[in-house]
Amino acid sequence: MPAMPWLLPEDGVDLSMLADYQARGGYETARAAIRDKKPEEVTAIVKDSGLRGRGGAGFPTGLKWTFMPPPDGKARYIACNADESEPGTFKDRQILERNPHQLVEGLMLMGYAIHATAAHIYIRGEFAQPFYRLRRAVDDAYAAGLIGKGVFGEGRDFDIVITRGAGAYICGEETGLMESVEGKKGQPRKKPPFPAQAGLWARPTTVNNVETVAHVPFIVREGVAAFRAVGTEKCPGKTIYGISGHVVRPGTYELPIGVTLRELIYQYAGGIRNGRALKAVIPGGSSAPVLAADKIDVKADPESLREVKSVLGTGAVIVMDETTCMVRAALTVSRFYRHESCGQCTQCREGTGWSDRIIKRIEAGEGVPEDLAVLDDLVRALDGQTICALADAASWAAGGFLRVFRDEFVRHIEEKRCPLPESFEP
Amino acid sequence: MSAASLPETAPILPAEVVAKIEAELPNYPVKKGAMMNSLHHVQQALGWIPREAMVEVAALLEVRPIEVLEVVTFYPMFRDKPVGRHHLEFCRNLSCALLGARQLVRHCETKLGIRSGETTPDGKFSIAEAECLGSCGSAPMLMLEDHFHENLTVEKLDLLLDSLD
Repeated sequence: MPAMPWLLPEDGVDLSMLADYQARGGYETARAAIRDKKPEEVTAIVKDSGLRGRGGAGFPTGLKWTFMPPPDGKARYIACNADESEPGTFKDRQILERNPHQLVEGLMLMGYAIHATAAHIYIRGEFAQPFYRLRRAVDDAYAAGLIGKGVFGEGRDFDIVITRGAGAYICGEETGLMESVEGKKGQPRKKPPFPAQAGLWARPTTVNNVETVAHVPFIVREGVAAFRAVGTEKCPGKTIYGISGHVVRPGTYELPIGVTLRELIYQYAGGIRNGRALKAVIPGGSSAPVLAADKIDVKADPESLREVKSVLGTGAVIVMDETTCMVRAALTVSRFYRHESCGQCTQCREGTGWSDRIIKRIEAGEGVPEDLAVLDDLVRALDGQTICALADAASWAAGGFLRVFRDEFVRHIEEKRCPLPESFEP
Repeated sequence: MSAASLPETAPILPAEVVAKIEAELPNYPVKKGAMMNSLHHVQQALGWIPREAMVEVAALLEVRPIEVLEVVTFYPMFRDKPVGRHHLEFCRNLSCALLGARQLVRHCETKLGIRSGETTPDGKFSIAEAECLGSCGSAPMLMLEDHFHENLTVEKLDLLLDSLD
């Protein structure tokens, strides 16, 4: 019998039907844990594994679970983040499409561990087909008695509800997500209070990303040592890297954490298309500061990327070749943050708009030298000043392009045009 | 004008949509939680979300109509104006842009005779741009209602457009 996947089944295999998932041993781990372990034991396993969140922030998962207060007999929630909207990222989609039952089993284990009464999965609205698959998986799990009334023991129900998003990146922010699940505009909340104290409908809630939760069955089944045997000391395990842009074989690659960008780009993704030279790489989704081509021997783990002034983020690698104008790349990204700002905080609402307008003028050949000083100032003003981290992300993104490829901005201003007219168009 | 002289208008939400919304309500401790799914049901049935529908949704969720309007106008996928029968949404974010998304949009604009953001006079097609749709490994692409059309080329786009009634 083929083994249960760590995260995804082998290429070409789809475990989205309950019978196929169970034929691999699916749901045995959750059933055994509920029967034989105490909730606190499951939490301890996840904590000892060193699993870190896979949604972009990398917070230690087991530690987050311990923030929940003791149960009081009333509702307690998991909010599962399936809003996957960080540009360059398409890994959670693979789990939702090809292994949704592993997410359900992960939610069962997590729900048992933190005494949750329900999991609210929030899936981005544009993922219509993954939503239908996920809904069928949840319906089939209910029909098989795996979730629902009394599944964690006498009087301990566990429900799963799926809410569809509708196109707002800000709903991938944990408190924006909760606002949307409650039926409101997805405008983030101030923290404190943190979700564990007051989350969904002011009840204790733990928010985790799809890939994070999908790790739990493997960790509980195979154990801490097996998980820690791969990856790095500070960030053990595997992750689903995504790679896109000017590579021969774009796609997702489930690999031990710590593969180098060079290996990802040249060994797994087949190198640069059309025989061109590499120019720049964004290593972790558009919020990750860009890296020049000479940095690609860096390992794609959080600590190593921090040393080269970037972040692992969602492990979404975007590759740009020598034809790429970096001001146009910066513009494509700044346009995104401007569009996605929820508007609450003045620095974000005004700052994303202002920096986008300036970068647009520079790209069109209408920039002036003072623009760069203003942009530098905006990068500072956007960072660490707002209710949520969208402004920080916009700051890091723009700041990266300005720091690593400042000469291209200067050339646009001095030459009053784009010096790479053959480049992609935003 | 007295209430008695106002014409009676039929509800705008079809019975099946009302039933779908009512089926969502028990899943949430507060009915308002059904807002997002309910609006998807409405938009799937009507193609967009008219004001009258917002009022009816508000009644079902026991909220004020403004609470529905602010959600519809906040979320990019929810449409408060009609669009074409085939609403073509092209991803314009970085991975798709690097692989020629803008050229695809321009080709579509030329072929249909409209600009991005517009609807053809016969109401058949509309063109829109979306931010990252999570298909970066199969770029460039577009979303047409519930389906992604990925690894697009000009030829495949023409095939798709020609196949739609």
